[in-house]
Parts: sequence; structure tokens; C-alpha cells
Amino acid sequence: MHNTAVKKTNSFALRLNRTFVYIVCVFLALLSIMPFWIMFVNATRSTPEIQSGISLLPSGHLMRNLEVLVGKSFDPITGFINSFTVSAGTTICAIYFSSLTAYALVVYNWRFRQPFFTFIVLIMLIPAQASAVGFYQFMYKIGWTNSFLPLILPAIASPAIVFFMRQYLLGALHYEIVESARVDGSGEFATFNRIILPIMAPALATQSIFVFVGSWNNLFMPLILLTQKEKYTLPIMVNLLRGDIYKTEYGSIYLGLSLTALPLFVIYFLLSRYIIEGVALGSVKE
Amino acid sequence: MRRRSISYSRYGFLFCLPFILAFLVFSLYPILYTAFIGFTDLKGVATKEFHVLDDPFENFKNLLFDNDLFRNSLLNTAIIWIINFIPQLGIALLLTAWFTNRRLKIRGQGGFKILFYMPNMITAGTIAVLFSSLFAYPMGPVNSLYQMLGWSDEPINFLLDKWTARGIVSFIQYWMWYGHTMLILIAGVMGINPTLYEAAEIDGANGWQQFTKITLPSLRTIMLYILITSMIGGLQMFDIPLLFQNGGPDNATYTASMFIYAQAFKGQYLYNRAAAASMILFVIAAVLSAILFYLLRDRDAARLKREERRIRKAAAKGGVMNA
Repeated sequence: MHNTAVKKTNSFALRLNRTFVYIVCVFLALLSIMPFWIMFVNATRSTPEIQSGISLLPSGHLMRNLEVLVGKSFDPITGFINSFTVSAGTTICAIYFSSLTAYALVVYNWRFRQPFFTFIVLIMLIPAQASAVGFYQFMYKIGWTNSFLPLILPAIASPAIVFFMRQYLLGALHYEIVESARVDGSGEFATFNRIILPIMAPALATQSIFVFVGSWNNLFMPLILLTQKEKYTLPIMVNLLRGDIYKTEYGSIYLGLSLTALPLFVIYFLLSRYIIEGVALGSVKE
Repeated sequence: MRRRSISYSRYGFLFCLPFILAFLVFSLYPILYTAFIGFTDLKGVATKEFHVLDDPFENFKNLLFDNDLFRNSLLNTAIIWIINFIPQLGIALLLTAWFTNRRLKIRGQGGFKILFYMPNMITAGTIAVLFSSLFAYPMGPVNSLYQMLGWSDEPINFLLDKWTARGIVSFIQYWMWYGHTMLILIAGVMGINPTLYEAAEIDGANGWQQFTKITLPSLRTIMLYILITSMIGGLQMFDIPLLFQNGGPDNATYTASMFIYAQAFKGQYLYNRAAAASMILFVIAAVLSAILFYLLRDRDAARLKREERRIRKAAAKGGVMNA
């Protein structure tokens, strides 16, 4: 008798706890959704509508907002193409060369292997701001400002990605594969390109997402290096939305914001499973 | 079988070469160059000639002892980071405890994780401008909400108050990162040996006891990792305060990175002062990283190594004595 009573109160407390947890989680979920929801909805509303209060349902002024937005120096297509060029270039450089470096650290037993790895771990946390002034002066001297190259090429040395790729290779690579490729007469570089890269495909995919999004969202370096309007990436263009040009055109401001965020939402909802897994993977092993 | 003796080791160096070159050209040289500029009089656009100052440390002294704006920006950076980090870790730990609790069995975790992490993927600048629009005065969504709920009759100009502005920047930072922190902590809990929990359950430990006696101690390393990476990320805080209110109101959200940017790339183009400021920031980041490596070092491995050395030493001594 006594036992069942205890059990009952226990299960009641458990249910109460669970309800509380769900309430908090739903609240936090709404907190994640609402700002973006309002942003997308307001992108379709006129300024008077926006000033009259919050609405959760879209209105019909999308096209007019777009006209105003594009009519005043905000050029989402150019921004998109520029951002895409920089992010794609960065991703290819970072992923390919980090894999190559990681492979060299795992497979070959060369003299400075261990010191080099320690060195990579050490430079992982250097902030971009530490070298910004010197970097800018250097690029200015060789005439590379307003070029995408100084935003892309430094990604060849991406210590954090090398670290991740090395971790992955240590688990996924069997040395016999490399050996048998050698017996078949494959050169070392060809072995890497034709046999090792496909083995690393899952790691390449996950890291590509993070590198691409990270580069897409980067503001500091592009803001310093790119001064010509036609070279602006999307995050720099966001800055235009704050200025006096769009002062009371609230609908257009929200539309501009929505356009910069939309590609990221598409990527996120297509790949969220891998992204969520990737965040966990990238951290635990360190 | 002579082929077996071919040495492949040179490929190791060869394959690392692109990394090494890119690092030397795009990282190491700019850092050294920045450090050098910090000791010079380089300022103004397109200045060709510049010299080391008579007192090489003038820029550094000026920043550390006479420059209120710089000191203020460091202080703001620290304040905003702390207000964001404490609730961030707190909420992330709470959610981790709930999601990994074996009795609660929370459903829909996948969906919650996706939504909690979502803000992290969106451009920080976009989010900053979005929040500054949401808090617009006299009519904006937050003001509308306040009036709908009857919290205030008059519209409030949120962005004029220093602490409100700092609070909002901290909130954005918290909101963008707590999902990330939670995912890392949950992954950490998944790595804890499940037999520990089984044993605790048999011994009659409740959920709270299991969390404080097993989960928290096991997560110590991961929490330190989160702490330091978040600190170094916080030191670089730039996009959000810049696009939120451009450091305002009254420089309340003016951060150290904004200081560097504004000194070097706006107004008087004081490259030398900006360079000195970046070096100070770099030293702060390096000290924090050093603390990280010291705290995260593999203690058991280090102890084993020490023991081994002692034994070897003892053996060597013994050997000498025997001889």
C-alpha cells in the first residue's frame, strides 16, 4: 500500500516536471522563431502597417518593398554573387588543403610531424583582429584590396579544420589501403586524390557547411578590404540598411534583412541534421 | 623487395607545404608586421614612409594609460561578455540536464535542438539590425508588444539607455550561442560511461544527485573549453555592436575590436595606434589560451610521464651504483 502511494506521488511529480520542461522548451523555441517570423512578415508589409502594430500574417506589399529596396543602392543579386564567390572559394581551399595537411600528419612519419601538430593546435586560437592592420597594409602594397583573393587564399591554412580532419582520419583510415595503392603503382598524390578524399567524404561534407556559413557571415575582413560597392558581400550590405537611405522604409529594411538571411535558412533546414551532429563531433574530441 | 625501403617521409613535408606557405604569408608575416607598425608613426591614407618612434612604446603607453576610449572599450567587451556568458552556460546546463535525464524522457528533442541552434547560423549583422528594428522608437514591434500587454502607456526609447543597450547586445550574443553550448554539453554527457548512472540508480541516487555528482564533474574539461573559446570569441565581438547601434548609446556598446577598426580604417587612419591595440588584444587572447592549455592538459598522462622519468632516473642511479 505504502509503496504504491510513493510511486503515485513520484509519477505525479514526474509529470509536473515534464510539463514544466516542455513549457520552457516551447518558450525558447518561440524565442528562436519569433524575431525571424516578424522579419519575414514585415518584409511583406507597408510602413504604416508596420507602425500600427505586430502581425503574424503576411500582407501584400512585398513587390513595392522590393522596388524601394533595389531602387536605393541595395543590390542583393550582386551581394549574393560576391558572397557566394568568396564562400565557395574559401570552402574549397580550406577543405582540400586541410585534408591534405591532415593526411600528411597521419600517414607519413616525417621528422617534424609532432612539433608541427603542436604548432597547429597553438595557432588555432589566434584572433583575426591581431593581424588586421598589417594584413591590410600588406594587401594595399601589392594592390590586392578590392580583390576576393585575400579573403579566399588565407583559408589554405585553417588550423581548426586540419585538427578535425586529422581526428577523423585517425579513426577512418586503414594503413593497408595506402599500402595496396602503392603496390598497384599509384603515386602518393594520386592516392590522396582518388582514394583518401572519397573515404573522408562525410567529414568533408560536414566541415564544408561550417566553413561556407562562417565565410558567408564574415564581416570584419571584407569590411576592411572591400571599398568598391560592386565588390560588397551581403554582410557589408546589411550595413547600408541601417543608414539614412532607408530611414522610414521599414518594410524595405525588413525585406533586405530577409534576403540576406534566406539562403542561410534554406541551407540550415536542408542540412540541419548534419549540422547538429557536426557541432557535437567538432567539440567532443578536443 | 628493394622497393620497400623507399622513404615516403618527404611527402609528409611536401603535403604540408601549402599550409605552411599560406600561414607564413597570410598569418605570421601580417602579425609581425602589425607588431612592428605598433612601434612606428604610421598614419594617414597612402603614407609611404614611416619610422620607429623615438620612444618605441609610445603607442602602447598612450593606449594603456591615457586613452579612456580604449580602456572603456575593453571594459565594455568584458561586461557584455559576462552578462551573456553566465545565463548562456546556465540555460545550456539546465537543458542538458533535462534532455539527458533518463526518467524525464523528453520527446521532440531533435526539433528543439534544431530551433535552439538556428540563430547561430544567421549572419550576426543581420540579427543586429533586426533587433535594432524590433526595438525601434516610437513604434516598433517590442513597443507594440509592451502596449498590448499593458506594460507601458508611453512608447519607450529602449536604445537610449546604456544598460538596456548593453543588455540587448548581451542577449543577442546569448541567444545566438546557448544552443551551440548545449549541443556540446549534451555530446559530452553522451560520452560519460552509462554504467556510472546505472550504479548510481541502484544506490538510490535521484536525478539531481546524479547530475551534481556524476555529470558536472565529468563535464569539467568541456566546460573549461567552452569558457575559453567563448572568451576569445567575446574578445573579438564586432559585428553585433557595430550594426546594432554603432557602439552607442554614449559608447556603452563600443568594443575593443570596434576600437581597432575605427582607429585604423576611419577618421584619421591611425594605423600605428590600432596596431598597438591589436597587439594588446593578442596578448590578452594568448594569455587566456595559455590558461586553457594549462588547465586542459592531460593530467594523468603528465603524471605518468613524471613517474616514468623518476623510475628511469632511479634505475640509472641504481645502475651506476651497481657498477
